[in-house]
Amino acid sequence: MSFSRKYLGIPYGLFLILFVAAPLLVLVYYAFTNGQGQFSMVNLQNFFTDPNTLGTLCYSLVLAFVATAVCLIIAYPVAYILAQSKLKRKAVILLLFVMPMWINFTLRITALKEILSMIEGNLAYYPFINTIIGMTYDFLPFMILPLYTTLSKLDKSVIEAASDLGADNFQTFIKVILPLSVPGIVSGVSMVFLPAMTNYVVLDMLYNSTYIMGSLIGSYFSAYDWHNGSMIALILLVIICIVTLVSGDKDSENAGRGGLV
Amino acid sequence: MSGKSENIIELKHISKVYSDNGFKAVDDFNLEVKRGEFVTFLGPSGCGKTTTLRMIAGFELPTDGQILLNGEDISQLPANKRPINTVFQRYALFPHMNIYENIAFGLKLKKLPKEEIRKKVKHVLDMVDLEGFEDRKISTLSGGQQQRIAIARALVNEPEILMLDEPLGALDLKMRKEMQIELKNMHDQLGITFIYVTHDQEEALTMSDKIVVLSEGKIQQIGTPEDIYNEPKNAFVADFIGESNIFKGIMTGHMKVRFCGGEFVGMDDVPEGTLVDVVIRPEDVIITKPEDGTVVGEVTSVIFKGMHYEVAVESGKYEMIIRTTKCYHVGDTVGMQLEPDGIHVMLAEDHTTSFVTTINGDYTLDFNGKVINCDLTRVIPKTKMVNEVLVDENGENVDVSKFRVVVSIQPDDIEMSDDVTAGLVSGKIINLIYKGDHYSYVIRTEYGHDLIVDDEYLWNMDDQVGLIMPEEKMKFQLKK
Repeated sequence: MSFSRKYLGIPYGLFLILFVAAPLLVLVYYAFTNGQGQFSMVNLQNFFTDPNTLGTLCYSLVLAFVATAVCLIIAYPVAYILAQSKLKRKAVILLLFVMPMWINFTLRITALKEILSMIEGNLAYYPFINTIIGMTYDFLPFMILPLYTTLSKLDKSVIEAASDLGADNFQTFIKVILPLSVPGIVSGVSMVFLPAMTNYVVLDMLYNSTYIMGSLIGSYFSAYDWHNGSMIALILLVIICIVTLVSGDKDSENAGRGGLV
Repeated sequence: MSGKSENIIELKHISKVYSDNGFKAVDDFNLEVKRGEFVTFLGPSGCGKTTTLRMIAGFELPTDGQILLNGEDISQLPANKRPINTVFQRYALFPHMNIYENIAFGLKLKKLPKEEIRKKVKHVLDMVDLEGFEDRKISTLSGGQQQRIAIARALVNEPEILMLDEPLGALDLKMRKEMQIELKNMHDQLGITFIYVTHDQEEALTMSDKIVVLSEGKIQQIGTPEDIYNEPKNAFVADFIGESNIFKGIMTGHMKVRFCGGEFVGMDDVPEGTLVDVVIRPEDVIITKPEDGTVVGEVTSVIFKGMHYEVAVESGKYEMIIRTTKCYHVGDTVGMQLEPDGIHVMLAEDHTTSFVTTINGDYTLDFNGKVINCDLTRVIPKTKMVNEVLVDENGENVDVSKFRVVVSIQPDDIEMSDDVTAGLVSGKIINLIYKGDHYSYVIRTEYGHDLIVDDEYLWNMDDQVGLIMPEEKMKFQLKK
C-alpha cells in the first residue's frame, strides 16, 4: 500500500552517491589542494605552464580530430548507401558493421596488432597511423549507427523535391541531404571524439608511447601525484562538458527536423 | 507538325511493372494533354494515378512506352532535366531553409541574378497571399500555408507543366474548398498546364477540363466532367463518380430498356436483346403516386441530408436510392418514373471467368493441383469411352496430355465462402459495386488475377474468400 515506486530507485541512488558523486567530490578536493591539504590553485597553474601537459592536450585533440574525421569519411557513405538501398538484407549488412562491438575490446585490438605488425614489420615505425587505425576500428560503429538512423528517417520526398526543382545528385546532396543529416553527424562525432581523446589503452596496446590525456592522468596517479592528476581529470571533464553542451544545443535545435538519434 | 503545338504532353502505351514484386501499377496508359489544360487523374488508392504522375515528373521510369513532351521523348530523362515542377502530397518543403530559401531553391540553381530572384519570390508570395513571409521558418506555418509555399516553390520556376499530387488531401474541408477555387483561378491566370491527382471525385469535377478515371492501373474513361458524370462508360465509373443506382437490364426494342421490373424509354440506341447495365442518378428519379409510376415500391428508409432527403425505395428485389426535396415516410407506397435523359445505358461487360487446365491421366482436369471432373467425350470431338479409356473414332487411344481445356463460369455461378480452402481458388475482395439486387465483387486471386463474382449478400472489402465453382455450372471448351 505505502510501497511507492520511488523505492525502486534506491539501489541506483546509492550507486550514484558512492560511485559518481563521492569520487567527483574527492576529485575536486584533490584538484584544489596541495600536498599539505590546503586550498591551492597551484595545480591549475601547473597545468597551463607545463609544456608537457599542454603538448599532450594538443596531441590528444589532434588524434581525436583525425580519428573522428576518418570515422566520418568511412561511415557517412556506408550509412547513406544502406539508408537509401532497398536491399532486403540491409539489416544484416548493418549488423556486420556493428558486430565488432560484441567482441571483447582487448581481443580485437590484439588481433589488429598482429595484422598491423604483419604488414608493417614493426609497429614502432608508424605509431600515429596505427593509433588512428585502432581508434577508427574501435569507434566506427558509434559513427555509423546515428548516421544511419538519421539518414533512414530522411523524408524521401524532400530529395525528390530537390531533383524536381532542378538539382542534380551532387547539388541535392550538398544542399539538402547533408544539412538534414547534421543531427546524426553531431551525435556520431560526440560519440567518437570524446572517447578518442582519452582512450589510451589503444595507444598502449599498439606501442604508441606518446601520452594522450588519459595516459597523462594515469602517469601522475601512478607516481602518487593525486593533486595534479585530479586537476587534469577535472579540466578534461570541463572540456567534455562544454563540447557536449554545444553539440547538445545543436542537437535539440535540429530535433524537429531530421530526427535525433 | 500541328499536333506538336497542340499537345504539350503525350503518353504512349506507358506501363509500369515493379521489378521487386512484379506488380503492374500502370497498364498501357495512353493520354494526350493539350497546352493549358487542367487534367485530373481520378481513382481510388492504388489505381496507378500517382505512379503515372511520378513517371511524368521523372521520379520513376516507365517499364514500357513513351512520354513525349512537345513531341520529344523524355521518358528516360532524369527529373531535374524536365521543365515540370511538382507540388507534393505532403508538401516536401526543405525544413532547414526559411521560406525565401525554399522558394528560391530552383532559381538559385539556375544561377539567376540575386535581384531577379528576390523579385520573383516576392511575386509568387503575393500570388499565394503570403506577402512578407520570406524570413519565416517552415515549422511556424500552418498546413494550409505550407501548401501555398509548396505551390509557390513550384510555380516560381515557371514550369511548362505543374503536377499536383493530392495537394489538398491534408487540409480540412473548408480550406480545401478555398484552395480548389484558388488553384482553379491560378490555372486560368497562368495559362500553364496542370496535371492533378486526386481520389476525391467532387474535387475532380469542380476543377478539371479533362478527367482521366483510373482503376487497377487501367484507364476507365477520359472525358470532360460532364461526360464522365452523365455518360459513364462502365459500371466502375458510374459507381465511383457521384451516387448511382446500377441495374442489370436488357434492351427490349428501339430505345426501350427493361430493368427493375419495368420497361422504360431511354435515349441510347442499342440493338434489341443486348444485355446492358443501366445507371440511374438518384436525382433523376421522379416519385409519383403509386398509380402513375412505371414501377411501384415501398419506402424503406429516409435520411435527411440538409439540401434534400435520401429515400430508399424497395420494389421487389430491387432497391433504388432517390434524392428528393419532399419528405416521405418509411412504409409509404410510391410510384417511380424516369425521364428518358435520366436513363443511361452501358453495354454490360462480359465477366465470365475462364482459365486453362491440363488433363490428368484419369481424364479429370488439373487446375494448379486441384481436380475438376469433366466429361471429356463432350469436349474432345469424335471421342468416346471404351473400357474406361478415351478413344477416337478409329478406336485408338487418345493422348490427352497434349490437350488443354478452357473452363469458364458466370459471375453469378461462383459462390464465395469464408473458408479460403473451400474452393478452387481463394482471393481478396478488392472492389465491390451494388447493382440494385446484388453486389458485384472484384476478387484478386492468390495467382494475381482479377475475377468478377456476383453475390446477393454484402461482404467487406479486403475479405479473404474461397471461391467455390460448382462443376455443373462450368462450361468446357477445347483450347485451340
